Amino acid sequence: MGLRKTNEKGLLGWFDKRLPVMDMWNDHMAKYYAPSNFNFWYFFGSLALLVLVNQLLTGIWLTMHYKPDAAQAFGLVEYIMRDVPWGWLIRYLHTTGASAFFIVVYLHMFRGLMYGSYKKPRELIWTFGMIIYVALMAEAFMGYVLPWGNMSFWGAKVITQLFGTIPMIGDVLLEGIRGDYNISDATLNRFFALHVVALPIVLLILVFLHIAALHAVGSNNPDGIEIKDYKDENGIPKDGIPFHPYYSVKDIFGIGMFLIVFLGIVFLKPDMGGLFLEHDNYNIANPGSTPAHIKPVWYFTPFFAILKVVPNPFGGMVVMFAAIIALFLLPWVDRSEVKSIRYRLLPFKLALTAFVTSFVVLGYLGMVSWGPGEKLLAQVLTGIYFLYFVFLFVYTKNEKHKPIPERLTH
Amino acid sequence: MKNLILIVTLLLSANVFASSGEAHLEPAQTNIRSKESLQNGAKYYMNYCSGCHSLQYQRYNRMAKDLGLTKDEVVENLIFTDAKFPEHMTNTMDNDQVQEREWFHKAFPKDLTLIAKARGVDWLYNYLKGFYKDSSRPIGWNNTIFKGASMPNVLWELQGIQEAKFEEHEDEHGIVTHTFKGFKKVTEGTMSEEEFDKTVRDIVNFLDYTAEPARLIRMSMAPWVLFFLVIFTLLAYSLKKNYFKDVH
Amino acid sequence: MTDKVNESRRNLLIATSVVGAIGAGFAAVPFIKSWMPSERAKAAGGIVKANVSKLESGQKLQVKWRGQPIFIVKRDKTLLDTLPELSGRLKDPNSEESIQPEFAKNLHRSLKEEILVMVGICTHLGCSPKVYPEIVPQAFDSDWKGGFFCPCHGSTFDISGRVFKGVPAGTNMVIPPYVYEDENNLIIGTDKLEGGA
Repeated sequence: MGLRKTNEKGLLGWFDKRLPVMDMWNDHMAKYYAPSNFNFWYFFGSLALLVLVNQLLTGIWLTMHYKPDAAQAFGLVEYIMRDVPWGWLIRYLHTTGASAFFIVVYLHMFRGLMYGSYKKPRELIWTFGMIIYVALMAEAFMGYVLPWGNMSFWGAKVITQLFGTIPMIGDVLLEGIRGDYNISDATLNRFFALHVVALPIVLLILVFLHIAALHAVGSNNPDGIEIKDYKDENGIPKDGIPFHPYYSVKDIFGIGMFLIVFLGIVFLKPDMGGLFLEHDNYNIANPGSTPAHIKPVWYFTPFFAILKVVPNPFGGMVVMFAAIIALFLLPWVDRSEVKSIRYRLLPFKLALTAFVTSFVVLGYLGMVSWGPGEKLLAQVLTGIYFLYFVFLFVYTKNEKHKPIPERLTH
Repeated sequence: MKNLILIVTLLLSANVFASSGEAHLEPAQTNIRSKESLQNGAKYYMNYCSGCHSLQYQRYNRMAKDLGLTKDEVVENLIFTDAKFPEHMTNTMDNDQVQEREWFHKAFPKDLTLIAKARGVDWLYNYLKGFYKDSSRPIGWNNTIFKGASMPNVLWELQGIQEAKFEEHEDEHGIVTHTFKGFKKVTEGTMSEEEFDKTVRDIVNFLDYTAEPARLIRMSMAPWVLFFLVIFTLLAYSLKKNYFKDVH
Repeated sequence: MTDKVNESRRNLLIATSVVGAIGAGFAAVPFIKSWMPSERAKAAGGIVKANVSKLESGQKLQVKWRGQPIFIVKRDKTLLDTLPELSGRLKDPNSEESIQPEFAKNLHRSLKEEILVMVGICTHLGCSPKVYPEIVPQAFDSDWKGGFFCPCHGSTFDISGRVFKGVPAGTNMVIPPYVYEDENNLIIGTDKLEGGA
């Protein structure tokens, strides 16, 4: 009759005969075996998904009241904050969510760096993840322009100007991106279209591919060993537990903890002293009045510092993008057979610590104005940042390490 | 390209300017929960500031509700234009037109709805207290917080008139900086120093309110939201522990 | 797995799910409530004023309130006198089923006898009827005593907006809340007079 074969009965059976719902449920939840030793660092994937849902929901709701018109945008944000019932909450959920997204994603990536989650056979998961990161940065950048505050305007001006520095095509490219000779209503409107429609679709597809690639090979774990190497007589990994109900339940607890912090911020300190909602953005966009300190929102500041280190604008842009591209190359730069920091020796631990420290301090430097001292520090830290990849390539060829266990140690 | 270099240069050199002569900011110590302070602030704002400055995102009826005023009290005492009760506290010009004017006239009274978020309450408090007599300027006034301000000291009758003392210092490159040393009152105002400080505090408190009327609501909800979440998370944790008994 | 563990697991599951569902319910409230009219809509949709000093009998003044056409029609004694005799021809002569303020539940369906204030939307499918104030036979009614005729599907109403039998519309036309500020000025959208509106 063309229907699929199934043992399920009733309504579930009706669906299962027409769509492989039980197979999907089993493959990805009830019979997807994950290592039993997931720790604190393994919450952030599901939290990123939660924040994505938050951004989509609150974003759509904001679109019900906002118009991407340069003459109206700023006023409409205030309309949402004051006149729309509960508008203030929906707006704060969205702005806090944007910062939360990056906090969660940075911690999620750090887990990957610690446990070697980017290494074979998970290079593709890492690559999809890196593309998500880049798409997320573009999405956040364009979203920040929409309130049409003065920092929205000048931040857009500075960053789009970077594309104008590209030799030969720069000028045309700049006009093409802006849709005008300056940041204007045309820019705002197209950023709205990209932010609300195009990039969310791209992000959803990428997240789907990211999770699909993960489920295809199975999750890594804090010990960095493959649980599929030891299976019982039924083919089930001895060190594996079904994602549902164990990790679905555990992730709900993780969500509870996250919401306490997240909603605590939303209700108590949504502008986080100017870090999440910058002071200058409470002034309307004004082409004639440059803010005292143009700086991007905190999650971009490490790259902004790297950009400022190079005196030449085009050179600065190249180095800034190189810093992101370097991360893409991690699976091939780290050649060691050992995945997890638990079994690597002091040099690696020091190198990773130096790398993370340089990223964080560069982030601070990207927020403040520079004297000669700050400039020198930024140069040194940028050097350390890139040196991490050089170090890995050299050090990991014949990396000595602690004995790697056969089975999970927890 | 040139713009970018200019901006980056400005950013890098801003530090040099930042260190010279910036007066210390005394904390404003406003209390947004005090309805008395907000009402007093609204009164002084409407009387001394609304003539030039608009609050274009703030509605009269919202102010009444949040400050605990009746419609009659607001309409009779605080509306000086022909605006209706549910309307915004606008002036003759809105934000866009202000920008147009600013291109030509360099300065125009800004809309103040969001100024407390843009500048901070401490800045505003010190700014309003920081006017001093300066005959070298066309309006006769200057300000220690915002040098060369185009705004006159509208509160001078209440504060009195003060002069500012500066100390000159020349460094090894021949660059002269002026460090602010203190004020000297030359004419008394109708208010004592304490009364005036409170009045300014109340005005700044009122502006802090207009910048985000929802703040009072969200802060009052916070404990309930967090309490609920803690209960939920405790239950979720117990559930997790129960399941993970199976595992180890 | 022991029964005790089973039972405590089930209880915890139920407890967590219930609390979670309550939380989800609370979380949904702001999203749903944000769809209601905003302060801006309420401020704009509030009230509309009209001046009837120049209105003559049979004349219609039209204003817009909340996006709807409001008919203000003056009726002289001749027109008002037709009202009691029409009961037999009307679906709802006493306005039991229709929407109007308490003061309009009578023959003239208005505060002041002579001035009708009514939402000019046919209760059938929403078209805007035309006023035919003359007491002359019409193509749609040979015994016409003045009233309203809707061109879309032929519904007819008397000069107080009461619907006739045998037409598609089912109820009398709606009377909005309104109040007189003074002899000649009325405020539509509220039935209370307040100072400084």
